[in-house]
Amino acid sequence: MSSDREAILGKVRAALAPLAERAALPDWDSELIRLRTAQPPADPAALFAERMKAVNGTPMHSVAELVAMLAEKGWRHGYCDPALWPRLQAAFADGFTVETSFDRTRVDDFDFGITAATAAIAETGTLILSDSDTSSRLAALAPWVHVAVLDPRTIHADIGAALAALPKDPNVIWVTGPSKTADIEGILIEGVHGPGVQVALLISA
Amino acid sequence: MSRQPIDQFAATLPPEKRKSVYLSAKGTEEKRSKLLHDHFNDPDLLRRRAGEIKQHVVENLDTYLPAAEAALVANGAKVYWAATAESARQAVLKIMRDRGATKLVKAKSMVSEEIELGHFLKKHGIESLETDLGEFIIQIDDDHPSHIVRPIIHKSRGEVARSFEREGLGAYNDDPETITRRARQFLRHKYLQAGVGMTGANFVSAESGRIVVVTNEGNSRFCLAATKCHIVLVGIEKLVPRDRDLGLLLNLLARSATAQQLTVYTEFVNGPKLPSRPDGPEEMHVIFIDNGRTDVLATECRDILRCIRCGACLNVCPVYRQASGHAYRAVYPGPVGAVLSPLLAGDKFPELADLPKASSLCGACNEVCPVNIPIPDLLLRLREKGKSEGAPLASVGTPGMGAWALLSTQPAAWKAALFGGKLMNVLPSKLIPVPALRAWEAKRTLPAWRGGEFRKWMKGRARPPGAPKTPNGVPSGPAQSQGKP
Repeated sequence: MSSDREAILGKVRAALAPLAERAALPDWDSELIRLRTAQPPADPAALFAERMKAVNGTPMHSVAELVAMLAEKGWRHGYCDPALWPRLQAAFADGFTVETSFDRTRVDDFDFGITAATAAIAETGTLILSDSDTSSRLAALAPWVHVAVLDPRTIHADIGAALAALPKDPNVIWVTGPSKTADIEGILIEGVHGPGVQVALLISA
Repeated sequence: MSRQPIDQFAATLPPEKRKSVYLSAKGTEEKRSKLLHDHFNDPDLLRRRAGEIKQHVVENLDTYLPAAEAALVANGAKVYWAATAESARQAVLKIMRDRGATKLVKAKSMVSEEIELGHFLKKHGIESLETDLGEFIIQIDDDHPSHIVRPIIHKSRGEVARSFEREGLGAYNDDPETITRRARQFLRHKYLQAGVGMTGANFVSAESGRIVVVTNEGNSRFCLAATKCHIVLVGIEKLVPRDRDLGLLLNLLARSATAQQLTVYTEFVNGPKLPSRPDGPEEMHVIFIDNGRTDVLATECRDILRCIRCGACLNVCPVYRQASGHAYRAVYPGPVGAVLSPLLAGDKFPELADLPKASSLCGACNEVCPVNIPIPDLLLRLREKGKSEGAPLASVGTPGMGAWALLSTQPAAWKAALFGGKLMNVLPSKLIPVPALRAWEAKRTLPAWRGGEFRKWMKGRARPPGAPKTPNGVPSGPAQSQGKP
């Protein structure tokens, strides 16, 4: 292995040695990736909600709205981050079974999972989940519905801003709409391995 | 004249298959182009900058590789180096055995195709399961991907349904949604049983050691949520200098590959999971793979190492659209494959020496490339290499140019040939004596002649006073553009 390291780096150095000069690292302006239509968002939360809908995501603004949707669809068994549950519990009527630990041996039992989002990106309708804030990666992925509880004050304007503020965390994932594929004849199908319904619940902490 | 292998393959493609590959590639290309131009004032400038960044990385790998290694180690990852495919396979096997793991779930990775990992692991008693829907179907069919981003672009829903039926995944049903739900149900339990999750890497930041993996399906995320050990396979060219540069590259990748603003899941992996969290890998192993890349780096074709595997050059290529991916007989199809595959083949270059000729050099691949790789230039360099090394495949389907060279260097012969050509204009098709010429002429209608004749104009044109006569009798100087034909 270590001999492979020396072999590779040796070959790299030998390959580059004849170059009279090497390509310089260009400095590029953040303006370059600003969308043509971008305005400084007056209301990042409104823009986020609009953009999230455009990628078939489901923004919601109250726990009651969420509970109504879950009840209507018959999605009554779920997981909730134990830190969030005290805030949400009151809105969940009888008939719901909500667990605060995700048992991976019963992955099919869970219709929904509720976890905390770290932040979001308005321009793309993207949720940002980092390990420090996500109580269970599996609960945020395996159930048909994922609900990310998002504080509207944490929304970044665009990708550049979100990258600049990337948390120092072992794992950060940007989620832009529900899981999807177009592998079979280019036909769009949602809910492949991850959620078929991706909710952002915009409520202030 | 014998046909190039790629033409021979294209001729055997069933018409409905050709049509579906054509329409799918064309559709994606049109959406890519529209999205980029709708979103950005100057999308070409994005491509050029991204190309410069990647070229800079390629030409400074001696700095960036050790920097990335140090950052990864600082993040708690273990770093391995594999000079060859065999070395990479052995590294994976050793990690599996050290953990006593017999099951591996993997997300899509082109480099894993390159090193033929699946078959190797199977031989050593390890179940390695593809989790990307398209790659899963490729695996159960023991087939090969025919597109970098859309591996089963060559398969119909009916074929997929038959494969699922054969594998015991339910009675025949060709509804794509039903197929997808069945795969979802089958694969989620496989993730949970597996000891190790494997992904590729779309980018690795040399600055922070962040590994960036993008998927739409969420399968790489599932690998990293369900398993306790993460193996990352990464080609040594996948580095970017700074996290900030990802802003440019992620914007380009999603639009170029699938015409999306962002891929659904963009994951930044910065080491093993937090001890306080239940899910995710406790170990992270990163294998840097050379497998011929340093040989490419030593050639004048090193620009191909900028490639971020988006597949846009496949979608736009008139040859790919007609021939589909298997025609290229290698892991990487399309224009990028026509450059990369023969180069990565090493000693076996002559076996793929025809691929650089599978192009009309129209330049569309260069125009769509998110990192602005001058693919047509590289194809020409490889044609030259094939010819100069005397690879027989480099000449298949090429007309003899000797007669042409003779003709175009003898003025009298040239003029006679032109006169012959002129005759074709007036001769009725039926009277053309040579069958091939007759067929050629019958298929082509010349537009109505407009304007004068260049030679007449040239001859009758007065030289500006005092202009020196050049050796071949053509007046030189700026006055040349003043005359009107």
